[in-house]
Amino acid sequence: MSAPRSRWLSKTAVNGVLLLATCYMLFPLVWLVTAATKDAGGLLAGNAFSFEGFDLGGNLARLAEYHDGVYFRWYLNSLLYAGVGAAACALISVAAGYAFHVYDFRGKEKLFGLVLLGVLVPTTALALPMYLLASEIGIVNTYAAVLLPVLVNPFGVYLSRVLCAAYVPDEALEAARIDGAGELRVFWSIGLRTVMPGFVTVFLFQFTAVWNNFFLPLVMLSDQKLFPLSLGLYAWNSNAHAEPDYYPLVVTGSLLAVVPLVVAFVSLQRHWKAGLTAGSVK
Amino acid sequence: MKARTRAAALLLTPFFLLFTAVLVVPIGYAVWLSLFTEKQSGLGFGGSETVFTGLGNYAAALGDRAFRDGFGVLLGYCLLYLPLLLAGALGLALLLDTALARARRFFQLALFLPHAVPGIIAALIWVYLYTPQLSPVVQAMEAGGIGFDFFSPEGALPSVVNIALWEWLGYNLIIFYAALQAIDRSVLEAATVDGAGAWRTAFAVKIPLLRGSLAMVGLFTVIGSLQLFTEPLILSRGTGSAVTSTWTPNLYAYSAAFDRNDYGLAAAASILLALTAALLSFAVTRLTRGRKEKTA
Repeated sequence: MSAPRSRWLSKTAVNGVLLLATCYMLFPLVWLVTAATKDAGGLLAGNAFSFEGFDLGGNLARLAEYHDGVYFRWYLNSLLYAGVGAAACALISVAAGYAFHVYDFRGKEKLFGLVLLGVLVPTTALALPMYLLASEIGIVNTYAAVLLPVLVNPFGVYLSRVLCAAYVPDEALEAARIDGAGELRVFWSIGLRTVMPGFVTVFLFQFTAVWNNFFLPLVMLSDQKLFPLSLGLYAWNSNAHAEPDYYPLVVTGSLLAVVPLVVAFVSLQRHWKAGLTAGSVK
Repeated sequence: MKARTRAAALLLTPFFLLFTAVLVVPIGYAVWLSLFTEKQSGLGFGGSETVFTGLGNYAAALGDRAFRDGFGVLLGYCLLYLPLLLAGALGLALLLDTALARARRFFQLALFLPHAVPGIIAALIWVYLYTPQLSPVVQAMEAGGIGFDFFSPEGALPSVVNIALWEWLGYNLIIFYAALQAIDRSVLEAATVDGAGAWRTAFAVKIPLLRGSLAMVGLFTVIGSLQLFTEPLILSRGTGSAVTSTWTPNLYAYSAAFDRNDYGLAAAASILLALTAALLSFAVTRLTRGRKEKTA
């Protein structure tokens, strides 16, 4: 076998395997898109990859009408939980990470070790005691019950410290101090500005985590009006076995619920890659 | 200097206040709860009272076959999932890292995309793809003469593993790919000069250099596996599913708390789960550190 020919063969093999893996990753998503265009009859008739029984408009209309448009209320709730929660969490994490990077104080590394320990705690083991605590202080079934816990992300603090070390120039901090800026002012106008890519990274990760959050709302919320999308779709799916009319609602609702995250990940590639890299390569 | 200490305290306070409220206090409260149990007084008409039971809840959880079986399921899950995930992500990352790969940015994005799908929706999609009445996959398999029930006792575990693999393969692939890109190119050139081919370089140079990333991914995967909840919960709703309401320890704790209102038992189960995670992390860090010192 000649050399160019074997190179061509290896190239085909390498890219073929990658393509095969890509098909495995994408075909459920393609199914979701085609299935969302079908009515209940078309879904149950099988052959999901065709556009038989095309009724995307009808599905969207039913989704908007059902139970006085509760779906879009869930959508807004998810945006609220994920948007507000992730923004506050990113600010809190970056502040702590910045403090760990910039300042020296007694017991610093011990305290940071505690943060790292927090990364390892399985969060689902906390959900039940959190629920019982929340019911003691009377915040079960409120927005706060879901929002408060998502403000804490130990991994975000770790990431912020690493990213501060990469982005924040010590000379700029020193210069600002010489110009007479107070420490908080230095953090606000220099530290936070320069570590903005880090802020966006932590925000993106927490936004995804909260948008995907299921266990905590499941435990905390019983009022449908407070549900995020994940919990609402779960509730609908539980009804679908008895009433197949729910299937198109769940499928079309799932498709719409995936869209913002896919858009965020496609447009913010640089940031999640930075986050994954900072978390893994020492 | 004083101003700096004050600034450090101010910037750290919000995080540590919340850290205490959301992490430390619930852990303490769970430990406290796990020591008590509800006793029905009289014939059950007088309501119930809370009595101290010491380690009684732990004994009850460990003595319950359903709980122990849950750990068996987790073990089987890890034995199947971990090698597939690590080999799959590592293999694809190595392929992507070769000079032969085309359209790298496209492949990275496409392979990562499932990770953007919320876990609950990923589970819903796959359950639909497992359900014979709805699924083009099952129909295609049947047309090809393969009958496989994704909800059966033998099928349940692979079904859950497949969902997890779909969600996490791309994520870990990116981690490994980033680590591969960070390898000093001169090391790889030296290997080529010494006459090592692509296979040899991958196995003798690249993979050993990735040991740290591999250990970290392995650790986080195992901790994540211990929390297995969403996917089996969705699968358990399928008709005739072999996945029960106590299939994993997490499901067990959930059903103890919300189906049976036995908070003490649920807390004990949660703590046993957290302890297992702590022990495993400790073991893994010790193991990898020990090996590093040996090679150094």
